[in-house]
Amino acid sequence: MMDAAVIAGYGLRECLRRRVFLVVLVLTGAFLALYALGTKVAFDEIGRLGAGVAVDDTVLTGSTLLGLAMFTTLFLGAALAAFLTLGAVRGDAENGLLQPLVVRPVGRDALLAGRFAAAALVCGGYVLAVYAASVLITGAAGGWWPDSLISPGAGLALGVVLIAGLSLLGSIFLASTANGIAVFMVFGAGLAAGLLGQIGETLEVDALNTVADVTSWLLPFEALYQAGLADLTSEAGGLTGVIVRLGPFGGAQSGGALLWLWALAYLLLVGIAARAAFARRDL
Amino acid sequence: MPDAFACRALEKRYAQTLALRGVDLSVAPGELMGLLGPNGAGKSTLTKIACGLVRPSAGRASVDGCPAGSAPARAAIGYLAELFRFPGWLRGEELIALHQRLSGSGGGSAEQAELLELVGLAEARSMRVDAMSKGMQQRLGIAQALVGSPRLLLLDEPTSALDPAGRRIVRDLLRELRRREVAVLLNSHLLSEVELVCDRVAILLDGRIVAQGTPAELSRPRGVQVDTADGSRTFPEAGREDVPGIVAGLVEAGERVYGVRLLASTLEDAYLEAVGA
Repeated sequence: MMDAAVIAGYGLRECLRRRVFLVVLVLTGAFLALYALGTKVAFDEIGRLGAGVAVDDTVLTGSTLLGLAMFTTLFLGAALAAFLTLGAVRGDAENGLLQPLVVRPVGRDALLAGRFAAAALVCGGYVLAVYAASVLITGAAGGWWPDSLISPGAGLALGVVLIAGLSLLGSIFLASTANGIAVFMVFGAGLAAGLLGQIGETLEVDALNTVADVTSWLLPFEALYQAGLADLTSEAGGLTGVIVRLGPFGGAQSGGALLWLWALAYLLLVGIAARAAFARRDL
Repeated sequence: MPDAFACRALEKRYAQTLALRGVDLSVAPGELMGLLGPNGAGKSTLTKIACGLVRPSAGRASVDGCPAGSAPARAAIGYLAELFRFPGWLRGEELIALHQRLSGSGGGSAEQAELLELVGLAEARSMRVDAMSKGMQQRLGIAQALVGSPRLLLLDEPTSALDPAGRRIVRDLLRELRRREVAVLLNSHLLSEVELVCDRVAILLDGRIVAQGTPAELSRPRGVQVDTADGSRTFPEAGREDVPGIVAGLVEAGERVYGVRLLASTLEDAYLEAVGA
């Protein structure tokens, strides 16, 4: 445990020294400023024009904007997770960075656990912080607050931790560039499957729904995101509820406790697979 | 006391390539063993098996009596790879401190200072790795390999980037390690270096050990050379015991003798003969 903590501390210090945190902070600040401006303008315009139909325009605007923020947060978190882990094993081994660490008594398990812990801490913490800031901005600009505050953010955080785990697993087999491409393609496939499910549900096409369901189980980060969207407006009813659940950034789909259990089990399985693969890898 | 390193019938296969074909080798505690061989002979593979980076396909390897790659074996070794890199953002003393934590060494700042002094980097302790020359990084690599006072040091081409002054530092360091009874397995292409410092030498070719012994054992007598007023004369079949007779004969014949040398093949000759070059 202490050995993994040493490796995690090493990873975090690397992020600090290589100005990863600084770059992320500056760019995220820019995103949040843009989001604040857009949110303020959107609420002002909606209030001035009026929706003209039987929908709650505050709920519609607030949930749509926060959905956009969650989508962006998931993407930024996934990018951070991928870049922090894509070269953790094979990439570092090819550069000669890994061998001096692995031959120490701490061993491979601690190294893997430490790298994962550092990435999970950074990405999970980042996503939670950006989500919290987005909620505050939305609330301050339009007076709208999500029906559930915690679970959408926690779902996003677990989603990017899953992506970090997958990227770490991929780094055992693939060189850095190939792994980065693979992680973003998997991420894109998850989002595409979510949108297919949304279309399938609207048009009542079973095949599309099945594809979306299977993909959600295979790549639970997308299902966690959809569950988060659903939790934003879990108490919205009528036409407003129908519209916001279709949402422009992926359909809202409640996942329930089973989804969370599966996501945690999935993470455990990824960890077991990574441990077994790394133990057998010649460096 | 168990051997610092021992392997029996060691084999390693990478897909279609057999990198090691039944290697038997032992390094006694405190012994400096030189490992020679052309590129692709299996030297780095053997070293990597010793430190647990590569798993053998067959045979056994042990470090200080423990299976190579096990936690106790890893605790007993220090390793510097041929192709290594340290994070450029770390300072010299921070790198040593990191490896102290990873190896469980309680040496603290005293050990950091001693190791950096040993490799001639005392003045560069606060320098970032990315500001160091390749030679400085190589010496820093040797210092990190010595963290925790290992019983076996595995050095893969440790002087390849060093200038003559740096090589002398490493040679002196290896002698100091011998005094401290640290065993060393030294991979090198620099035969003169190996000849100067190693107690024994093993020559690998195509994954097999084709010659093994002390540098003196591997070198062979090549006669006696005598400097006279008429120039140098060589007696190719003569040995040390023949010298008095040769000198007496020359003096009797009226020649003036200025010097006598025993000729022996160098380690380089032995190496080239062993690898068939």
